Amino acid sequence: MSISQYIFWFLSFVAVLSALIVVFAKNPIYSVLNLIITFFAIAGHYFLLNAQFLAAVHIIVYAGAIMVLFLYVIMMLNLNKETEPHKKQYVKLVAVVAAGLLMLTIIGSLKGAEAMVPAGIVNNNIGTVELIGDKLFGEFLLPFEVSSILLLSAMVGAVYLSKKELH
Amino acid sequence: MEASINGVSLNYYIILSTVLFCIGVLGVMIRRNAIIMFMCIELMLNAVNLLMVAFSRYFGDTNGQVFVVFIMAVAAAEVAVGLAILMMIYRNAKTSDTEVLNQLKG
Amino acid sequence: MELITKLIPLFPLLGFIIAALINRKLSKNTVAYIACVSVLFSFIGTLMVFFNLVNHHSAYEIKVFDWIQAGSFNASLTFLIDPLSSVFLLVITGIGFLIHVFSVGYMIHDDGFRRFFAYLNLFIFFMLLLVMGNNLLVTFIGWEGVGFCSFMLIGFWYKENKNNDAAKKAFVMNRIGDLGFLIAICLIFINYNSLNYTTFLTAGNISIDSPITLITICLFIGAMGKSAQIPLFTWLPDAMVGPTPVSALIHAATMVTAGIYMIARTNVLFSMAPDTMMFIAYIGIATALLGASIGLFQNDIKKVLAYSTVSQLGLMFLALGVGAYTAAVFHVVTHAFFKALLFLGSGSVIHGMGGEQDIRKMGGLKKHMPTTYITFLIGTIAISGIPPLAGFFSKDQILAEVFAQNKVLFILGMIASLMTVFYMFRLLFLTFFGKFRGTHEQEHHLHESPKSMTIPLVILAILAVVAGFIGFPHALGEAMHIHNWFDHFLSPIIGESLNHISLNTEIGLMLVTTVLIIIVVLIAKNVFITKETLPVAENAKLSPLKNLVYHKFYVDEVYDKFLSKPFVAISEFLNKVIDNQLVDGIVNGFGKITIVAGQNLRLLQSGNIGFYIFAIVSALILIFSIFLVN
Repeated sequence: MSISQYIFWFLSFVAVLSALIVVFAKNPIYSVLNLIITFFAIAGHYFLLNAQFLAAVHIIVYAGAIMVLFLYVIMMLNLNKETEPHKKQYVKLVAVVAAGLLMLTIIGSLKGAEAMVPAGIVNNNIGTVELIGDKLFGEFLLPFEVSSILLLSAMVGAVYLSKKELH
Repeated sequence: MEASINGVSLNYYIILSTVLFCIGVLGVMIRRNAIIMFMCIELMLNAVNLLMVAFSRYFGDTNGQVFVVFIMAVAAAEVAVGLAILMMIYRNAKTSDTEVLNQLKG
Repeated sequence: MELITKLIPLFPLLGFIIAALINRKLSKNTVAYIACVSVLFSFIGTLMVFFNLVNHHSAYEIKVFDWIQAGSFNASLTFLIDPLSSVFLLVITGIGFLIHVFSVGYMIHDDGFRRFFAYLNLFIFFMLLLVMGNNLLVTFIGWEGVGFCSFMLIGFWYKENKNNDAAKKAFVMNRIGDLGFLIAICLIFINYNSLNYTTFLTAGNISIDSPITLITICLFIGAMGKSAQIPLFTWLPDAMVGPTPVSALIHAATMVTAGIYMIARTNVLFSMAPDTMMFIAYIGIATALLGASIGLFQNDIKKVLAYSTVSQLGLMFLALGVGAYTAAVFHVVTHAFFKALLFLGSGSVIHGMGGEQDIRKMGGLKKHMPTTYITFLIGTIAISGIPPLAGFFSKDQILAEVFAQNKVLFILGMIASLMTVFYMFRLLFLTFFGKFRGTHEQEHHLHESPKSMTIPLVILAILAVVAGFIGFPHALGEAMHIHNWFDHFLSPIIGESLNHISLNTEIGLMLVTTVLIIIVVLIAKNVFITKETLPVAENAKLSPLKNLVYHKFYVDEVYDKFLSKPFVAISEFLNKVIDNQLVDGIVNGFGKITIVAGQNLRLLQSGNIGFYIFAIVSALILIFSIFLVN
């Protein structure tokens, strides 16, 4: 086993474990913190896949911005108690079975993808800032600019929604 | 032929992302707290992102990673608006329990 | 001449449009003026066209516009002016004008005055269309149009339910006939590939193999409905509930003769179908006898005239049936004059009596209404066929031709016309002679009608006297070198009659007829003037035969029992079972299914997000499974 494989297994283990904790933790704060760990693990995977730029962006956006936002909301709403009542047991059972079945079918559907991977083309430079920048400001310039409008409108919307009624 | 980079096969990534995705689905299904459900949705998004990056890497195509950038932008916007809505709901209904928030019940 | 021809039907149409659309703004006088003048203009136009035709002897067609053109089918609004149509045009516009003038006086106190004239003008328009059309389709439009106007005018006083019932009855009975006509039109087009009279009626075009008998029977069914023949005659007596000028114009002079016009127009076809001719003759004589015998016992002045019309129409069909088309058309013309005269006279009487129509309550009107009396007397003599008035010539011509073909039919026809004499003189004697039998108030009210009513009566009376001379019998004219102008005039349209009898026989028949008529008149005089016999009251006991006749042979009751009642029962069944249960059940069932489904499916909207996600996941699993299996 190569070092990469060790790292892969380790990161995968961390990601799945903390994801499970996200779902099953009673306290919302634990969920948030574990989600951050999951994101870090995923960022590690990005590094492993030579996507350094994305890894950096991922940590900044998710761990740095989004999760902070979550934490902040939870704190503000004072939800950090184990107040949430649980669903019925049979509902949980059905949900687990459904999720398992979904997993099986998706894996089954995507398995064939590996056979389509072209042999011998291993380009290690795919995830570099340079390449992605080229793409973003060349081929995808318009969607890129549009996404800025999206972010702006989201900001306006968020501000408008969360302010108190003035009248 | 086993398509692997540094000894890690593409299938591993597929399985990993699917597992993470399904955990997210499971979370949405069994939790009642809207914020947790929201986080699970983020988890699902990330699972998809991971798969996208993996495909991009194995197929040698940068476009996949560009999409991930866009997905992140959309996710950020979604979270901002979504959390604002949640706050409004909480302010009005004093709860974030989705089983209480069932006014659309037929 | 072309322009004038086009204008003839246009004037009444314009009159109708003005009277119908802007009537509220116009005074009664203006409306009456417009209506009368429009028909007068038509009449003048007709006269010009007519004399042009007489002088030049050339029929012509004038196309107004193309109407339907599809493949080989071609129907245009084209007017055909030939001797036959011009004779009818004269009758329609001439009598139409006189009746318009009469109506001004008769209807002046009525609230629906303007409406009345609008319908009357519309009727004239459609009648002109019927007669002038050069193809069956235009004729059919006119045919339906006059039916509609007749319907509207019978039910003119719509506030009384019995009037509406009579209107509906007339409409439905006409509809039965119209169906026959429509089928005939279709058959004619299928077989002869044209509906234009000038095209399909050429002898070479009509193949012996084509179903001529069927076509002619269908045409005759159409004529039956419109011209009130057995079995579709019962609507005509009921139609008398309309205003009296309407009875005179539509239900005596013009519309009811449309059937005779149509058969005379297509006489080429009928001549090739001897079976149909026989049928027409039998129906005609049966109707004549039935109408005349019912007329003997009627007590309503208008009902008597109505049954008389039925009987006279039957006589015309008898003439058609024996191939005496000219005689039939001739009788249409003379009948139009004296029957319009009689109806208008009865209208004048009713007007004077303040709406009373029962002859048992009249009597002695001679001295109160002298003009009406004299004109009515002339009409009665004319219809009875006493020489030298109009009725004598036409009736004699019919009877002579019938005699040539079938002696039995002749005797029956003779009986019918003698009955006519009897009931007409009965009517005359009961109305104008003897003592007044009405209330004191009515007697006080009695007065001669105004000028606008008496002048048309006088003109019609003059016409009823002289009109017969246009068809002066050959038998009498031989010696004086007067030929039968009417026969000659119509000869381009209607072939020479095949019924020949010797001149002496004809003169002999005339003499016998006249003597018989005078005897009948004397009998009537004896019964109703000398003995002053009065008709019995409604529910008096009568001998079975009299009772049968008195109640109009129970035809209405039989129709009611064997046609209306089952029909109503079937309708009831269809309504209650098929419509209410089956059709409504299906429709309501769909509604119920939707409601129930909605009520149950609604519960799926639980408002529980987890459940929604579960549904999405289930669907995803299903989709991916299908993907995997394939």
